[in-house]
Amino acid sequence: MVDVMAPRAGQKTDGAIVARGLVKHYGKVHALDGVDLDVPEGTVLGLLGPNGAGKTTAVRVFTTLLKPDAGTATVAGLDVVRDADEVRRIIGVSGQYAAVDENLTGRENLDMVGRLYHLGKSVSLARADELLERFDLVEAANRVVKTYSGGMRRRLDLAGSLVAKPRVLFLDEPTTGLDPRGRLGMWDVIEELVDGGTTLLLTTQYLEEADRLAQSIVVIDHGKVIARGTADELKSQIGGERLELTVSTASELPATEEVLRKVGLGEPTIDAGAKAASVAVQGGSAVLIDALRQLDSAGVVVKDVGIRRPTLDDVFLSLTGHAAEDAVDPSAADAKAGRQGRQSRKEKQS
Amino acid sequence: MSVLTQATTDGLVMAKRNLIKVKRIPDLLIFTTIQPVMFVLLFAYVFGGAIHPPGVNYREFLMAGIFTQTVAFGSAITAIGLADDIQKGIIDRFRSLPMARSAVLVGRTTSDLFNNVVVMVVMSLCGLIVGWRIHRGVGYALLAYVVMFAFAFALSWVSATIGLTVRSVEVAQSAGFIWLFPVTFLSNAFVPTGTLPGWLQGVANWNPVSAVVAAARELFGNTGVVEKHRPWPMTHPVITALGWSALLLLVFIPLSVRKYRAAAAR
Repeated sequence: MVDVMAPRAGQKTDGAIVARGLVKHYGKVHALDGVDLDVPEGTVLGLLGPNGAGKTTAVRVFTTLLKPDAGTATVAGLDVVRDADEVRRIIGVSGQYAAVDENLTGRENLDMVGRLYHLGKSVSLARADELLERFDLVEAANRVVKTYSGGMRRRLDLAGSLVAKPRVLFLDEPTTGLDPRGRLGMWDVIEELVDGGTTLLLTTQYLEEADRLAQSIVVIDHGKVIARGTADELKSQIGGERLELTVSTASELPATEEVLRKVGLGEPTIDAGAKAASVAVQGGSAVLIDALRQLDSAGVVVKDVGIRRPTLDDVFLSLTGHAAEDAVDPSAADAKAGRQGRQSRKEKQS
Repeated sequence: MSVLTQATTDGLVMAKRNLIKVKRIPDLLIFTTIQPVMFVLLFAYVFGGAIHPPGVNYREFLMAGIFTQTVAFGSAITAIGLADDIQKGIIDRFRSLPMARSAVLVGRTTSDLFNNVVVMVVMSLCGLIVGWRIHRGVGYALLAYVVMFAFAFALSWVSATIGLTVRSVEVAQSAGFIWLFPVTFLSNAFVPTGTLPGWLQGVANWNPVSAVVAAARELFGNTGVVEKHRPWPMTHPVITALGWSALLLLVFIPLSVRKYRAAAAR
């Protein structure tokens, strides 16, 4: 398995998961419309987008379930169309709908998958037990899956995708439909996997999820990449940080405004009724300390202060809320992100 | 591992999975058995008095026909099973595994054949109770069963192709069965073909179902007096029946495997 991870001679692909110009049409619907992706080995990419954005289609192409109409997709340097059999040996996939057999027990499900990977009886059963343990399903191991809760089915499905210890894992909306507790549990499990060095492509509609689990994020909509970067980069892309504070009396506001003008970028915003002021800043806590020091020497009593950064939700809305024509140019998004010092992404524009 | 070994072992893993379901939900098998038993009783006692095939008791004449009809209908559940796997998404799991592309189909058709064998045992006992007898010894009788099971297995692959085409359990439940009504009734299964209108006799005599029924009848020794001028398939029913089964397998195994490869690829 280790050998397979090495890219083949003559194929220059450094990412464990790579897509170039991926296209898939269903009639007039462009499920994928020229998608480029790069997931370096051992990292997590969050593929973010609304329903019908093309996330699942992308996963299905990478996991050999679907042939792209154009473009190429490789996993560990192996082409998903030409080398489909080899790709299947090294990947794990867990989908939106738990693909488990309801009439088998949890243990039987995992053993079945192990046999289909040709692990052999004893290895397969040992692996099944190991996974049941890890996914907290030991007590339910010999119960038919029909009796499982949604969260348990998902965990079993994920366990099934890990039977052959894949180095590259695809999780398609792993927490959709789970209750908050189930979601937190799933996150813990995924984080553990990633700590173990698994390369992961994760699709999600939840920004919180991408924020927590993924090192880099690609936002797609209507089959096109509309933004990419780390969560921080995407957040600063739509406006950066703001220093926000509340003072004790309205009479302190003019002095506050003066200080904020000095430490911030551009004009401060003053809300006299709320006795609040804010300004765009760059530099995080250093700016905060500087501002507090100056306010203190100006005799202003600050009741509440903080640096507010836009959430990924803000990013998402501002990106997908745009008219499609304005928002869908991936090179524009890249160029913008590139200005913020992301050398690594620059080669993509060429 | 050679391709064939892998196809076999993977197919067995799949068959085991399907049989565990039969074990867990025995009602399924119980009801698929009750229906043919009911048919045996209804045909034997309701039609038995009205139909008089020359030289043989109708109940003896009937059994080969009803056996064949039952295993043919039994094969139709292959379509339902596969449509169910597609609908539930588990086919996607299998298609993402490095397993033989034929395994899901081999497993399904094999486990459905097992169901047919169980049903056949129950029906045979029921037949013996209402007066059916084997006249030519165990060897020929076993060959009769082989001929019928081969045909059932072949029809299972036809059914697999249907199931992978319709992709929904509800549609498979009707699409898998309706074509079997004309195919099994326009034959010698329940009445001697001599009683049919002329053009229908032609259809019935060349119908693969007729060949299987005639073969079983001949091997069980339930034939009675036969018409003098019969077309070739009816004078060589065993070889014709096996030939039909082989032909169906040759066409529908590759066809359904191709369908399977494309099934989830949408």
